[in-house]
Amino acid sequence: MRVVARQSPRVVLSTLALAVIVWLAIKASQGGTTFLQVTLNGITLGGAFFVVASGFTLIFGLMRVVNMAQGSLFLFGGYLAYEAQTHWFSSGGSQFSLTNSSTVSVAAWVVPAIFATGVIGLVGLAIQQGLLRWNQGQDLRQALITIAVSVIFADQMLAHYGGVAQSIQQPTSWPNSITVGSFHYGWFRLVIVLGSAIVIGVLLYLLMKRTRFGMIVRAGVDDRAMLSALGVNVQLVFAAAFFIGSLLAGYAGVLGGTMISVVPGNDTLFLLDSLIVVIIGGMGSFVGAAIGSLALGLVQSYSAIYLKFGGTDLTNYAILTSFILVIVVLAVRPLGLFGRPA
Amino acid sequence: MTAAATGVSRTMRRLRTDRSAAAGAAVLAAIAIVLLLAPAIFSNYWLSQILTEALWLGIAASSLTFLARYGGMISLGQVAIYGIAGFAMANVVHTVNSEGGLNLGWNPWVGVITGIAVALVIAFLFGAIASRSYGIYFLMITLALSLLVYYFFGQVVQLSGFGGIRSVSRPGFLGDPITQPTPLYYVCLGCSIAVYLMLRYVVRTPFGIALQGVRDDHERMRSLGYNVPLHRTLAFTLGAFVAAIAGILSVWFNTQISPGSIRIDQTIAILIISVIGGLSRLEGAWLGAFAYALIDYYSRQYTPTVGSWLGPGQFDTIIGLVFLLIVLLSPDGLIGIGQRLRGVIAGRRGEEDVSPLTEGAHQQVVEGPAEVPAAGGSSGSGMREA
Repeated sequence: MRVVARQSPRVVLSTLALAVIVWLAIKASQGGTTFLQVTLNGITLGGAFFVVASGFTLIFGLMRVVNMAQGSLFLFGGYLAYEAQTHWFSSGGSQFSLTNSSTVSVAAWVVPAIFATGVIGLVGLAIQQGLLRWNQGQDLRQALITIAVSVIFADQMLAHYGGVAQSIQQPTSWPNSITVGSFHYGWFRLVIVLGSAIVIGVLLYLLMKRTRFGMIVRAGVDDRAMLSALGVNVQLVFAAAFFIGSLLAGYAGVLGGTMISVVPGNDTLFLLDSLIVVIIGGMGSFVGAAIGSLALGLVQSYSAIYLKFGGTDLTNYAILTSFILVIVVLAVRPLGLFGRPA
Repeated sequence: MTAAATGVSRTMRRLRTDRSAAAGAAVLAAIAIVLLLAPAIFSNYWLSQILTEALWLGIAASSLTFLARYGGMISLGQVAIYGIAGFAMANVVHTVNSEGGLNLGWNPWVGVITGIAVALVIAFLFGAIASRSYGIYFLMITLALSLLVYYFFGQVVQLSGFGGIRSVSRPGFLGDPITQPTPLYYVCLGCSIAVYLMLRYVVRTPFGIALQGVRDDHERMRSLGYNVPLHRTLAFTLGAFVAAIAGILSVWFNTQISPGSIRIDQTIAILIISVIGGLSRLEGAWLGAFAYALIDYYSRQYTPTVGSWLGPGQFDTIIGLVFLLIVLLSPDGLIGIGQRLRGVIAGRRGEEDVSPLTEGAHQQVVEGPAEVPAAGGSSGSGMREA
C-alpha cells in the first residue's frame, strides 16, 4: 500500500504532464501563428521574471535573506526611469501628446535605464546596510523587515506617483516589430527583454564560475562561518551581493515599465512571480531560476489563451494554473527542482 | 552564599512572583469588566470601529500567533483562508439586492457552516503540501497562497461579483449593522474567548506538546516515530479553523466581502498585528489588533501633513514604520516591551523572550503539563507512523 501511495503522485503527475503536452500539440497544429505568438509571449515574460528572480535568488542563496522588497525595488526602478525620461528628455510640450509623434532618442531610454538601475542598487544596499546587517542569521526577522520596507515603499510611491499607469517610451528609432513572412512580433520584447535576460544569465554564470567573487559567493552559500574564518570579509561580499541583486530588480523594473507599464500593484505581482519562480526552481539556484521563469512564463501565457474547452471558457481561472505548477513541483520536490537543504 | 541567604532570596522571589501574579489577575479582571460593559461605556462608533474590529482582527491574528508560537510556522496564508471562508459563505447565503456572487439564498447559519467547511478542506489539502516546508520556505509558500487566492477572486467574477459581494445577509439577531453594533460585539467577544481557551487547551494536549516538539526539532521527532507532516498539517488546519471564524465575522462586520478585503495589504496587516502584539503569547494577537485599530483610527485624524511624504491618508506608511521599529527593536512586540518594563520595575532582568522571530538564538520553552508523554509509550497522540 505504502509503495503505491508513494508512487501515485508521480504517476498522476506524469499523466498530467503528458495530457498538457498533447493538448498543446493539438493547439499548435490548429493555429501555428497564434501558437508561436503565445509561446514567444511566454518566453519573453519568462525573461522578465528571470531578471527579477535571479536577483532574489542571489541574495537568498548567499545570505538566506528573503528580500520581500524585491517587488518594490522593481516598481521603484520603473518609476525612476519614467521620471528621468519625462524630466530630462521631454522635448517641449510634446510629452502631452499621446500619439507617437514625438521622437525618443536611444539615449532617452538608455540613460534613464542606467540611472534607475544604479539608484535601485544603492537603495538596496542602503536597506541591507541600514536594516538587515545587524540581524544576520535571523532569517524570519529579516523577511519581516523587508516586508515592512515594502509596505512603506508601496504607500510612498502611491503618494508620489499616483495610481495611474505610466509607461516608459522605447526609442522611436527601434523597430516596433520583427516581421518574418506574415508573422509579426514585438521587437522590444524579443530583442531587449529576452536578450537582456540571456546576457544577464550568461554574465551571472561567468561571475559565479569564473571570478574570485563568484568563488567566494559559492563558498559562502555552503558555509558562511568557515568562509569568514578563512579571512574573507564576508560583510563586503554580502553588500556586493545585495547591491547586484537590487540592480537586477531595478533593471527589470525598467524592462517591465517599457514592455507593460508602471502601475501600483505591479510590485506585488512581480513579488508573487519571483516567489513562484524560486519556489519552483529552488531557492538560491540560478539554473532553477531560469527554468522556473521559463516554466511560469509559458504556463501563464498558454493558460491565458488556451484554457477553453469547447464552449466553456476557463481563461478566468488562468491564475490557478500557476498554483497548480507550484503544487505539482512541491509535491515531487519540496525544495524545488534545484533546491538543496539549507 | 549561606543556606539561610539562599532561603531568604527564594522567599523574596516567591513573594515577588505572588505579587506580580496578583497584579496580573487584577489587571485581567479590570479588562474583563471593561470588555463586558463596553457597550454601556463607549459610543457606538468606538464600540464598532475599534473594539469589534480589534476582536475579529485579533481572532485572525491569533491563528497566526498560534502557528508561529507553537508550530514554528509563520504563515502568511491566514488571510487567504479567511477570504475563502468569507467568500464561500457570502456566495451561498442570500444577498439582499442580489448583487454579485451565486446568491443561493441559504440560511445564514448554513452559510457559516459551509464557509468554515470549505476553508477547512482547502486548508487541509494546502497544508498537506506546505507542511513539508519549514521556516522561510513555509512563509513564502503561504504568501504565494495568499496572493493567488486574491488574484483568483479578482479574476473569477462569478464568485466575487463585480467589485465584491455586497449586502450579505446576516443572522437576524445581529440587527442593523450601523445602529445596533452591540450584538456583533458580543459575538466577537464570545468567539475571541472561545478561540483563546481552545488554543490554550490544545497546546497542552499530547498533540500540542508533540507540535512544540516538531517546532524545536522536527528531525528528532520524526526519528522518535511521530508523523511530522501530519502534525503540521493538522496544526495548519486548526489555525485555518480559527482564521475561518475571523473570516465569517469580518463579513458580518463589513456586511460585504470583495477581493480588495483580502489583498496583500490585509495579509501584511494580520502579520503586523501579530508581531506588534508579540508572537510569544496568544494574548498578543488581540493586544496587537487593539493597537492596530487605535493607530488606524487616530492616525487618520491627527497625522500632520509633511509634503507628500506623510498625511492623514497615509496609514500604511505609519503602520509600516511602527512595524519596522517593533521588528528592529523589540521582536517580542508590546508583550515583550511590557515584560521588560515589569522586569525593570521588579529590579531584575527581563524574562527571556521566546519569540519565534529570533529563533535559534535560544532554546524555546515548551508549554504544557510537566509530564511529557514518553516517546515509546502508547499515551502519544495516536498519530505516529506504524
